[in-house]
Amino acid sequence: MMMDVGSLTAMGVVLGGVLGAAAHFLKVEENPIEAEIKEMLPGSQCGQCGFVGCAQAAAALAKGEAPVTLCPPGGRAVAEALAKKLGVTADLSAVEDPRDEYAEIAESACIGCTKCLQACSVDAIVGAAKQMHGVIPELCHGCRKCIETCPTNAIHMVEVEPTIATWHWPKPDGEAGAADSTHTHH
Amino acid sequence: MKLFPIPGGIHPEYRKTLASEVAISTLPLPERLHVPLQQHIGAAADPLVGVGERVRKGQLIARGRGVVSASQHAPTSGIVVEIGELTAPHPSGLAQPTIVIEADGQDEWAELPPPIEDPFAASPRAIQERVDASGIVGMGGAAFPSAVKLELGNRHALDILLINGAECEPYLTCDDRVMREHATEVIDGARIMAHALRAERVIVAIEDNKPQALAAMQAVAAKVVGDGPSVEVIGVPVQYPMGSERHLVLAVTGRETPAKKLTADVGVVVHNVGTARAVHHAVRFGRPLIARVVTVSGAAIRQPKNVEVPIGTPVSALLDFCSGFASEPASLVLGGPMMGQPLLSLDVPLVKGSSGVLALTREEVNEQPASTCIRCGSCVEVCPCGLVPLEMAAYIRKDKLKEVAALGVTDCMSCGSCSWVCPSHIPLVHYFNYAKGALAAEAREQRKSELVRVRSEAHQARLEKIAAERAAKRGGAGGNAA
Repeated sequence: MMMDVGSLTAMGVVLGGVLGAAAHFLKVEENPIEAEIKEMLPGSQCGQCGFVGCAQAAAALAKGEAPVTLCPPGGRAVAEALAKKLGVTADLSAVEDPRDEYAEIAESACIGCTKCLQACSVDAIVGAAKQMHGVIPELCHGCRKCIETCPTNAIHMVEVEPTIATWHWPKPDGEAGAADSTHTHH
Repeated sequence: MKLFPIPGGIHPEYRKTLASEVAISTLPLPERLHVPLQQHIGAAADPLVGVGERVRKGQLIARGRGVVSASQHAPTSGIVVEIGELTAPHPSGLAQPTIVIEADGQDEWAELPPPIEDPFAASPRAIQERVDASGIVGMGGAAFPSAVKLELGNRHALDILLINGAECEPYLTCDDRVMREHATEVIDGARIMAHALRAERVIVAIEDNKPQALAAMQAVAAKVVGDGPSVEVIGVPVQYPMGSERHLVLAVTGRETPAKKLTADVGVVVHNVGTARAVHHAVRFGRPLIARVVTVSGAAIRQPKNVEVPIGTPVSALLDFCSGFASEPASLVLGGPMMGQPLLSLDVPLVKGSSGVLALTREEVNEQPASTCIRCGSCVEVCPCGLVPLEMAAYIRKDKLKEVAALGVTDCMSCGSCSWVCPSHIPLVHYFNYAKGALAAEAREQRKSELVRVRSEAHQARLEKIAAERAAKRGGAGGNAA
């Protein structure tokens, strides 16, 4: 009897000590979820959420100080993924998928001030001082930062039109009375 | 020869007799030809001619760009009257860059590259280059640049070139007629391709419902003598989709091609009979691919025919040649009824991959409103790729693309067997075409956001570096002053 009590007590003391030491030495400094959330965000530092960049937005999200719907370029997919990760329920009905757009500079209005060049976080605008600037559409991710900086309002957004290479069949209309069509309404 | 069973498949009404007994006729030269810069999988060709320029038949007018691409040649002599965006023969109805040639009626040939005198003594490289220069693409429908496929011998150990004469789509008879009427050309082209691939054997597989083609091809194959690859011509069971590359390889060799791999990974390359004939023309006569045989059929066509048409012929000119419609068609299709695409306009051109133009009546189309899935499992039984169509469709209805990708929707080859068999008329293959397109779009977006992320990190790093350098300079300058 005394043997049993003794051995269990000894085990309890040793394992407790190990756990205590582990908690002390292997302490996690930063909220690990913050890094994971940062990975989920687009990483384009566009600033459309109101934070300086994606890292700051991730920190706010991890602390629960920002809504999961904060990221416009991420659209519904990112909002859904964030809600799942943070275990929150959010009304995603208002979240729109971002329109596929790129910026275009009107040649006649551009004065070559280089303000947009500096604002572009992906270096998608080419040009030099007093030279006309141009946007490389394949690199532009549609954050609209350049629009605000332009002193002559020379920049506008253009919607990316489907081409034969990018077009695909639309989703078929739900068939009348299909097995699960009555349950699909959220 | 021992054959192997293929999974699934269906037995639709073939209706090939509408056109199968009509010998190939040649279309009178149309007034205008619309040659799209992209008629193939890969990059569009770069135009080499300008508006107002005279071109001669067979002249290179657009050069293939990059590794996977194909050149375009003038189908006849005439004047380039326009290079612009014209409606493509594509289900989107979108426009694509196209060279318009007004024929001058002289049909005058350009200077062609010389014939390759003894192709079996020539290097595989020389054959590949000639096929590439001739703008040849797979003529069974997929229109993949043939030269790229002929280079597979460089990286894979191949033992068989399989010539696909299955023509398993209902209505279509162009391959059947080509084999009956031009067996010598097809077999010669096939042997040349096998030489380029360094494959020792050519096997021609023809569905058993084409006995005349089988006999004609076997007669020519029996006469093959001398150096070069051997030729066998075999009949394969009539079972849609026997003409699918992977399934034909399985049926003939018993080798199963793994998902996301090529048939070359199991030692076989497959080419269509029309492609083999085009290779014969290119190698023996230096002629590029500027015409093809198209089947015009369906109960709504007054005179179904097999017609050799110049590439770029408007569909309307071909229909006129077949005396137009006998009745108002309920559906117009480019290609076969199972895997073809809806034809939205009669002004679009016939291109290298166009095997048929079908005008189908209401009875033939038999379109009915879709109703509830009764989970009968018929679609599972007929799927030749071993997929579970009903389950995939249920996920797609709920926009669960990740789940449907895990179920293997990208392995679906859109043969349409599931839609054909479905007693509830659910457009199953339409769901999968949508899902495959949406997944591809997602992947494109993913690549773009990866690019954006990398570039913005580089941008950020550069700004920080500049700021640090400035700070250092300021610090240094301050030190000097003190």
